[in-house]
Order: sequence, then C-alpha cells, then structure tokens
Amino acid sequence: MIYRETGQFKTSYAADQQIFPIRQDRIGMALLLLAAFVVVPLFAGNYWFNAILIPFLIFALAALGLNILTGYAGQLSLGSAAFMAVGAYAAYNFQVRVEGIPVLLSFILAGVTAAGVGILFGLPSLRIKGFYLAVATLAAQFFIVWCLTKFPYLSNNSSSGVISVPNIEMFGFVFATPQSRYLFVLTLVSLLALAAKNMVRSTTGRAWMAVRDMDVAAEVIGIPLMRTKLLAFAVSSFYCGVAGALYAFCYLGSVEPDGFSLDMSFKILFMIIVGGVGSILGSFLGAAFILLLPIFLDIALPWLAELVHLPFDSATVSHIQLMVFGALIMFFLIVEPHGLARLWQIGKEKLRLWPFPH
Amino acid sequence: MKLKQLVIAAALSVGLLAPALSQAAPEQFWAIPSYRVGPYGANGQSFYGGFVDYLSYVNMKGGIDGVQNAWEECETEYNTAKGVECYERMKSKAKAFPGPIHTMSTGISYALVDKTAADHLPLAMMGYGLTSAVDGSVFPWAFPLVTTYQMQASAIVKFLKDKNAGSLAGKKIVFLYHDSAYGKEPIVALEAESRLGKFELVEIPVAHPGNEQGAQWQRIRQEKPDYVIMWGWGVMNMTALKTAQKMGFPRDKMIGSWWAGSEEDVVPAGDAAKGYMSATWNVSGKGVPLIADIEKTVYGAGKGNLSDRSKIGTILYNRGVSAAVASVEAIRTAQAKYGKGKPMDPDQVRWGLENLNITDARLKQLGATGLLPEVKTSCDNHEGSGKVKIQQWDGAKWIVLTDWIEGNKALIHPLFKAEAAKYAKEKGITPRDCSKEK
Repeated sequence: MIYRETGQFKTSYAADQQIFPIRQDRIGMALLLLAAFVVVPLFAGNYWFNAILIPFLIFALAALGLNILTGYAGQLSLGSAAFMAVGAYAAYNFQVRVEGIPVLLSFILAGVTAAGVGILFGLPSLRIKGFYLAVATLAAQFFIVWCLTKFPYLSNNSSSGVISVPNIEMFGFVFATPQSRYLFVLTLVSLLALAAKNMVRSTTGRAWMAVRDMDVAAEVIGIPLMRTKLLAFAVSSFYCGVAGALYAFCYLGSVEPDGFSLDMSFKILFMIIVGGVGSILGSFLGAAFILLLPIFLDIALPWLAELVHLPFDSATVSHIQLMVFGALIMFFLIVEPHGLARLWQIGKEKLRLWPFPH
Repeated sequence: MKLKQLVIAAALSVGLLAPALSQAAPEQFWAIPSYRVGPYGANGQSFYGGFVDYLSYVNMKGGIDGVQNAWEECETEYNTAKGVECYERMKSKAKAFPGPIHTMSTGISYALVDKTAADHLPLAMMGYGLTSAVDGSVFPWAFPLVTTYQMQASAIVKFLKDKNAGSLAGKKIVFLYHDSAYGKEPIVALEAESRLGKFELVEIPVAHPGNEQGAQWQRIRQEKPDYVIMWGWGVMNMTALKTAQKMGFPRDKMIGSWWAGSEEDVVPAGDAAKGYMSATWNVSGKGVPLIADIEKTVYGAGKGNLSDRSKIGTILYNRGVSAAVASVEAIRTAQAKYGKGKPMDPDQVRWGLENLNITDARLKQLGATGLLPEVKTSCDNHEGSGKVKIQQWDGAKWIVLTDWIEGNKALIHPLFKAEAAKYAKEKGITPRDCSKEK
C-alpha cells in the first residue's frame, strides 16, 4: 500500500530515465545513505568498523568489479583476487616511491595499473569463451602472485615479501580511526557504485549485455567485440584494483601475495552468484551474505549450544559453521537461482500489488 | 497477588546473584585466536592444546599469585581476514587485563602488529611473525620472543661451522625454501653469513604447497652441495625428505628450521626421515618434569584440552607450553613491580614482556629445565635469546644433539635495526629512546 507509484507522473525524459523512477525508492536510498554516512559512524563500535563494515564494503566493490565482467559482459573470470593484488601492490609502490603523492591519486593509478594488467589477461577472451576463458584467467591468478613473490622490487625489497602500508593522509588529515577509514571507504565505494550503475545503463553497458547474450549477434548489429570485451576487462580490473588497494590500506594494513589466493577469487565469484549475476545490488547482497553469515554463525552457535547444554568448542563451531553455510548456499541457489537480488526484486513487485494481487 | 510474587522472586534472584557478582575476582583474560581446523589444523591443535593446558595448570596451582586465568578461543583457520575479525571481536574483553596474544600465524601477526600497537595490547610472536620487531624502540607492543628466523639461520650456520672444524670456507650450502614470507626472511641472514664465512650459497625456492619437488632436487643433485638448509612448511617437508631419498641425497646433511622439525613432518616420510636434523627452540618428549606434571594434574582432573592425548609431549605441544610459560612469566614479572596478586593491565603486561628475565634457576623452579632457553628481554631487544638446539630424528623420536647454540648477534641484529628503521620511516613512527626506558 505504501509502496505504490500511483500519482507519480513522469513529465520529462530525465524523470523517466533516472536510476530510481519510483519516489519511494529514492526516499529509501536517501535514508540508507543517510544511515550509512551519519547514523552508523555515530553509533557503531570499533568491532563493527574493522571486522564487518569495512571488509563488507571492500568485498562488495570487488564483487561489483567481477559482476561487470561476468554478470554484464558474460566473461567468466577467476582472477579477481590477482587483480586486487595488483591494485594493492601498485598503490603501495606509488605511495612509497613517489614523494608526496596524494593517496587518492595513488589509488586511482593503482586501479589504472590493474586495468592495464586486466586488458592483458583479457586478450584471450577474444578467441575463447566460457569455461576455457575461466582457465585462461586462472593463469592470471597464478602468474601475478608468482610475479609479486619473485621480484623483490615490487615489495620495496622487504626481506619477507610482505608489504606494510603507510598511513592514509589527505590534506593533512590522517585517516587513523576506524570511523574515518570507514567513511573514506564508504565514499569511494558509493561513488564507484554510482558510476557502475550509470555505466551499465549507458551504451557501454548495453553493448556488454549484447555481447553476453550472443556475441555473434552483437557483432552483426555493429558492436565492436574486441573493444567491448577489453573495456569490460579494464573496468572490472579497475574496480578490483581499487578494492585491493583499499583492502591493503584500510582493512589489513599489511598484505602478502599469498593472501590473494585462488580461494579469495572463488569467494568473490560466490558473492556474485549468490547475490545475483548482472546486478549492482546483487554484489552488495552477495558480499554481505558470504562475509557476514559465517561471522553471525560463529557468534550465534556457541550461544545456541549453551542454550541446549551441548559442549561446543571453537573447532566444533567452525565445522558446524561450514556445514550450515554450505547448506544455506545450496538452499538459496535451489530456491532462487538468480540470486538474492532477484528475491529482492520479486519482493518489490509483490509489494506494488499488495494487498490486492491479481 | 501476581505482582507481589513477581517482586519477591525478583528480590530473591537479585539477592542470590549479588554475592556471586561481587565475589568474581578480576581475572587475567587471554584472547586466543587459535586454529584447530583447516589446512594447518593439526599443528594448531598441538600448539594451542599445550598453551591452554598450561593456563589450566597455572589456575589449578593457584593462579598467577592468586590471579586466575580466563580465556576465550576464536577459530581463525590460519586465515588472515578471519584472524583480524577474531581479534576485533575479543579485544574489548582483553582491554582491561590482557594476556599476550599468540596467533601462531605469520600472516595474522603481520596484520595485527599495527592494530595491537594502536589498541595498546601486547602481541607475542614466538618463532614466527615480523622479525624486525626485535627492535622494541619502533615496536613497543610486539614481541618476537625467544628467537627469530634470522638468528636461527645464523645458529644453524654456526652448528655446521663447528662440525667442520670452525670453518665453512669453500663449502657449498643449498637453501631450499618455501616461497613465502616465512621462507624468504632468513635469506638476508644467510647471505650475510656466506659473505662472512666465505661459503657458497645457492637459493632454491619451492612454490606453495611444495608437494612436487623433482626439479628442485634435480638441481641440488647437479650442484652437489655439502649441506641443504631447508625452510619448509607442512606437506613440503615430507616431500623434500622423500625426494632426497629418491635422489640419493644423504638426510643427515639436511637441516630444517623449527617449522620443519616436528613429528608431523617426519613421521609421514617414514624411513626417508631417518638421520634428518632440524633446529628447535624447545625440546620434545615428556622427559621435562613440567610436561609430565601437566599431564598428571590437568588430565588427571579431566580438564585437559586435547582429546587426543598422544599429542602430549610432541614438539608442537611443548612449544605451546613454552609459549604459555614465557607469557605467564611476563605477567609475574609485571606483578613483581606493580603489585602481587593483582591482574595486570596492558601497560603493565607490556612492561613485563619487555623486562622478562627467565633464568635457568627459574626454569628449574618451574620444572621446565631445558624446555626453552633462558630469555632476557629489554627495550632494544625484544627477542631475548636467539638460541636454538639441533635435534636429529632417529626414526622414532627426536634426539637432541647439542646444547643451546646462539646465532651471530653482532651480525644479525643490525639487520633488524635497519629493517625497523625503514618501517618507522614508511609509517611515520618516531622510535622511543631506549636509554630512557626503565
């Protein structure tokens, strides 16, 4: 009843083409942003910032990157973690080697570097498709990690190959507290998500989707395949690269190449599969599901165990957590193969008709 | 009527609860980000089993001068992101009276170095982690206690030197390492040693996880080295031993690091491991009175942490006990200064870790003679010992070959200083003046 667009007339093209054509959605989004930017920093504790919100935003950004490539342009990739590693190490090198470079600039350059590497590993996509392409991107995963371990120059000759990042400083302000870092990450992620949303609604995004749905047909109607595919690789890697830089600078503070393992690439892939392939919102929902559910189970299970007087130690909890987590993923994939974003969409459609469904 | 009953019940329950609340004495809280599942779960079970058993043991013997230990475990699965989450979850509880935090993971400890320094919580990295933290002027809150990879490498070289009548000049040593942060750290130390001792050093990396080493050992066969020093981890160790046997390289010319020297590494290699040597900073077996006493007291009372009692007395179990001994001694040291019988706050525990002095006499009192070396820390030396023993696998158990061997401190410690200075510069840390610390 509340969620209904009756009486909202669109009188211009701009009104018709905006991201949220329904007023309630605009209000909801504004409230969400207000909560994220104002309410959360006022009330959340350090644990929330450091262990939940910051990693959630960073992984959402990485998932967004992969979603552009896999969800919109239809190119399956298993190299997202490697592109994050490129971003993290590039940002570190720019910070350490260029005196007085602004952090934001080094993050953008890190994204550009990752985009360059992404284009390079995207080249095989011009000839091969599907699972074969996934295997080709797997090469990126192994090659980049090997490369970062092999050449000490890339880790500023650190004897262990681990890099420890400098503080984030902008205009004389040091982002030292978890709150300020959260706001920094949130701002970047919001801006990049907005850019992604607009990109997929534009000619570029439509070209990606055309290629995804049938590349021969896309070529016939005049979409340059090479440019479109490589652009998807570049944009996707740019997002992953920035996410990697944030991962190193705002979340862990020190990273090693082995940390960006195939496991992490899979995790990001699962995020978009569970969240919704080809959906901006899905990237966020998926990241929340994959990251937060294990933590929630970790905290809830011992409490439940105590309730029913079962002796659980932390190892048992961990085992059960894995089982429940796996079962839930299967459940969601069976009930809604298009991901959480689709569930959300169905919910909205139902709400529009409620309480008089026809 | 109903209200009255309610009020009485409430009053009663408050009356019952109140004394219980006031009696709860403050405890020393140990946040333990442990791992018992995942790829390295077996190692974690032994280490944290020993660690927790010693805390229970101290509690049963009356606590740390009356202060009981309380602890909480959080499963990290050796995963850095999970480790950070665990740390963030437990740190508010540890804020008041913490015990040193042991992660037993290089990745997690690297990630926690900055966080613990910002939160003012003591972090212990015993035999792993960021080795430049030896320089306490840059790292006030991080303690790579007992010994580090670099000092260990130097001690192994010294052991080989002693075996060869004091000189390794003209010899050839292969350094076979796990290609990760862990395996790369000793390289600087070995290079410095090779310049000094005029022996040839050949570095051969093995990619993680290292379950195929044909190419590496082919190369070793061509190089014909006098010794192989191995920095292996997990499955890489047994593969190396088996491949060495296949290629005919004598195992008694192979020396592993302390993460390549536990029962988990040699037993699966079977016959191939016989004669293989490794460094260690704690001995194995139940011959140490403390270990036997823990088994009797803690397991006798049914409060043991391990479900598999055969792990008691293994290298990693004893290492867990050693880590707990050093940590508890740090709190005792702090108590001696700040008041006996009181739980210690973070600053006091940090002071205790920095002024730790575990002598042989003290180890004897604890029943831990020979379990770990003497440890004496200070502001500019957070390591405190730098000594290891060399042990040899005889096919059934580890035989200790030597007494404590100390690495070349004059050569190695300046390397830490340089690394720490670089770190301070990158991070914008102003080092403390150690001469002003008391």
